[in-house]
Amino acid sequence: MGLTGLAAGAMFLPSFPGFGGTLVDPERLLEQVDPAVKKRLADAALNAAKSAGASYADVRIGRYLNQSVFTREKQVQNIASGESYGAGVRVIANGTWGFAATNTVTEAGLAKAAQLAVQIAKANSKVQKEQVQLAPQKGYGQVTWKTPIMQNAFEVPIAQKVELLLAANAKAIENGASFVNSSLFQINEQKYFASTDGSYIDQDIHRIWPNFTVSVVDRTTGKFRSRDGLSSPMGMGYEYLTPKAQDQVAGPAGTGLVGYKGSYDILADAALAAKQAKEKITAKSVVPGKYDLVLDPNHLGLTIHESIGHATELDRVLGYEANYAGTSFATLDKWKTKNFQYGSKLVNIVADKTQPGSLGAVGYDDEGVKTGQWDLIRNGVLVDYQKIRDQAGIVGQDHSDGCCYAQSWQDVQFQRMANVSLEPGTTKMSVDDMIKNVDKGIYIAGRGSYSIDQQRYNFQFGGTVFYAIEKGKIAGMVEDVAYQANTQEFWNSCAAICDRSDYRLFGSFFDGKGQPSQVSAVSHGSATTRFNGVNVINTARKIG
Amino acid sequence: MAILSKDEAQTILKKVLGFSTADECEATLTGETGGNVRSARNTISTAGAVDNVSLAVESRFGKRSGVATCNQFDDATLRRCVQRAEEIAKLAPESPEYVPLLGPQQYMASPKSFAQNTANITPDYRAQQTAASMQLCDTKKLDSAGFLEDSAGFIAKRNNKGLEAYQQVTSLSYSVTVRTKEGTGSGYATADYNDISKFDAARLTQIAADKATGSVGAKALEPGKYTVILEPAALVANTDASLLGALMNAFDARNADEGRSFLSKKGGGNRKGEKMFDERITIYSDPSNAEIPDLAFSGDGRPQKKMTWIEKGVVKNMYTSRFWAQKAGIPDIPRPGSWIMEGGTQTTADLIKGTQKGILVTRLWYIRPVDPQTLLFTGLTRDGTFYIENGKIKHPVKNFRFNESPVIMLNNIEAIGKPVRLAGNLVPPLKVRDFTFTSLSDAV
Repeated sequence: MGLTGLAAGAMFLPSFPGFGGTLVDPERLLEQVDPAVKKRLADAALNAAKSAGASYADVRIGRYLNQSVFTREKQVQNIASGESYGAGVRVIANGTWGFAATNTVTEAGLAKAAQLAVQIAKANSKVQKEQVQLAPQKGYGQVTWKTPIMQNAFEVPIAQKVELLLAANAKAIENGASFVNSSLFQINEQKYFASTDGSYIDQDIHRIWPNFTVSVVDRTTGKFRSRDGLSSPMGMGYEYLTPKAQDQVAGPAGTGLVGYKGSYDILADAALAAKQAKEKITAKSVVPGKYDLVLDPNHLGLTIHESIGHATELDRVLGYEANYAGTSFATLDKWKTKNFQYGSKLVNIVADKTQPGSLGAVGYDDEGVKTGQWDLIRNGVLVDYQKIRDQAGIVGQDHSDGCCYAQSWQDVQFQRMANVSLEPGTTKMSVDDMIKNVDKGIYIAGRGSYSIDQQRYNFQFGGTVFYAIEKGKIAGMVEDVAYQANTQEFWNSCAAICDRSDYRLFGSFFDGKGQPSQVSAVSHGSATTRFNGVNVINTARKIG
Repeated sequence: MAILSKDEAQTILKKVLGFSTADECEATLTGETGGNVRSARNTISTAGAVDNVSLAVESRFGKRSGVATCNQFDDATLRRCVQRAEEIAKLAPESPEYVPLLGPQQYMASPKSFAQNTANITPDYRAQQTAASMQLCDTKKLDSAGFLEDSAGFIAKRNNKGLEAYQQVTSLSYSVTVRTKEGTGSGYATADYNDISKFDAARLTQIAADKATGSVGAKALEPGKYTVILEPAALVANTDASLLGALMNAFDARNADEGRSFLSKKGGGNRKGEKMFDERITIYSDPSNAEIPDLAFSGDGRPQKKMTWIEKGVVKNMYTSRFWAQKAGIPDIPRPGSWIMEGGTQTTADLIKGTQKGILVTRLWYIRPVDPQTLLFTGLTRDGTFYIENGKIKHPVKNFRFNESPVIMLNNIEAIGKPVRLAGNLVPPLKVRDFTFTSLSDAV
């Protein structure tokens, strides 16, 4: 029953996971805690854990800051600045994990949490059947890492943010929108990790996401359509909202679309969105059948996320998520053959925790492993998974991939998706070059409806805007489009990928997983990509 | 200190209001204590504990509002929290959707939402229930993954216009997925309670285990329109979107009036009073229902009353914000915390007996909106789907993807069974004709 939701409702807080915390004066978001203080606190926790019988312990002392601004049409709906400060202690005792968290951030408070974590581990060890085995990890000593931002979004006055969102709303209304909702999410994770391996890691992580939804209502027909912003959430500061010409890639001729890289023009996109939402009202309804799909990176990112990102998470493959999100078709026996053809030979998928501007970029993960990059699919063949320290040994590997994450200090860290991206093509090719070879196809940009089964075989995706492609040219907007496919068949139908000049990041800001559910943020890079002969259904229905 | 009594809570809230210098001030105190255990591969994977009390203060100067929260309750902290809310309010823009805080309200006699035996749950109790589930699967050589989460809490509100509210709530929810060792069969069971006296993890695990073993050897049927029996877990869920949950989430009056809802009327206005569903469909809310006792007040302090949403297929009411109710001159009805779909006396087994040919769907999964205009949703069957012939389950079938609207589904009703509690609601199994499956899935 939603006690938490009820309290949030009373506070007019946005009901977005990971947001909330203690509401504070925005000025407070600029404060930092002295690393020397955090080290002293961390040592108190680690020593208490060892004294209580832990064979391993780590502690995360975190200040998780967030700010959200919501507007509609000419008015501000809500502004909230949140802070959550506390520490989580994770231990292994009797070969079993234990975890406890506290918002009493004192040496005594952390020591108490550590003792409780050991107590929980020992209690659970009585019904435990598999001993936890950690991949070895050397300590890094005292190190730091920061998201390379140009402008801290929390330093920008709220009035300036409101002004920008209201200006975007005005652009949408001027161009025919009936309604427009816009929002700006900003996150700063100030997190300090220490472990009995000898690491003391201080990190300062920033993320930002501007977004809007424009709706057009045709009262005479009763029809309504909406078009979301084509921004991407990014691991960046407020500089993302200062548009730069060199960050813009022209979409297909005849669409007016623009692809955004390291900066976003919310005003131009809002104006275009209103025009496109209006056009959607009268667009032709798609004729179902097989089409060659040309998928923009801002659309394809979600397909990569669902059909490759989640399917190659080792905890899913092993069954740890069976009761919630499910397992995976990409089983160990397929991987062990070394020739499981996940996609066509053009498909090279890389997992990465370092890519600048990406949501997943950190120096070290939440169990103190330095991050890097590794192949998941090479020349179409499944070559590896995403794994953390307690999983590596299960697949005979001696190292973690560094993709352990917790949404806050009070949640236990576990395996989360790295940035999972499709490498661009190596032959020069623009989106117009790609389209000119398509006889009967559909071009799709932006995220829409998404659904995939619990083993990641069968999926269905919609999109934000759809254009028919006829004899090598864009032939007007279509509506009611969704494509259904089997993951392996779909990726094996990959027939062409544009070159690096078209490569852009898509992002998922609130990716949910685990019980109790936690969110994480992750990016997916790709260039525009062609898939041949995909089944497209018509989603129009009539209700009485 | 997670569960404060009414007197303890109101004493803190009175003190908070005493510190206020704002035109309007409302304070909300919530507290929760509880824990969870997660298991997979027949062993415990993680466990956690929650214990927190939090105060939210909303201060208003004219049409400007600010909110601050704290979780310490000494006088100095409370005073600072009020001051911070007031500082934020002074800096906030005026809200064009301002409505004054509510005055004194009459709430229904407190529903029995709190059970002491749920509040008394210990880590040992969670471990024992989980162990019983895992043991059953060990014996049967099956794999289980489960999640048990319980909570005891309270909410108290008070404002300087005279509003006063307090209620305690306990809850436990449990779900378990059982799979065969080869991964060729899968079953699921879930249940939730205010009072845990009827909770038995092993009994639920047995249901999931039977579905897991029964779903081995699934045959492929052609996608298309089928008569289906949808078990309650296929209609609502506590962890993800659901068809009936989506329908009730779309009963907002403002969206309907603004023309962007399936309840919008061509030419303007909304479809209140129109018959949009089969005449056997009645959905209402009642926080005092003994099987699903719920909160007697909404987040903004409005009383939650017995309220009918759909009666004999006719749209009777929609919920709305207080601002929109005033602006549109419509009844001021809060969004319900839970709902009840009326049904008959037949169990799922009875519905199967009365079915010549059809498909039993035990669970739907990954349900996402496709078209808000028609409330079209897509998703998949999961954890046990079966072909019915001549009143009996003939064999398991492979999972399907569906594309269906709950509005269309509730017009294609063949039979309605006996409602059972699920995710805090009362939901009957439904027999529905022409349910649209659009493709097959290899997932188990």
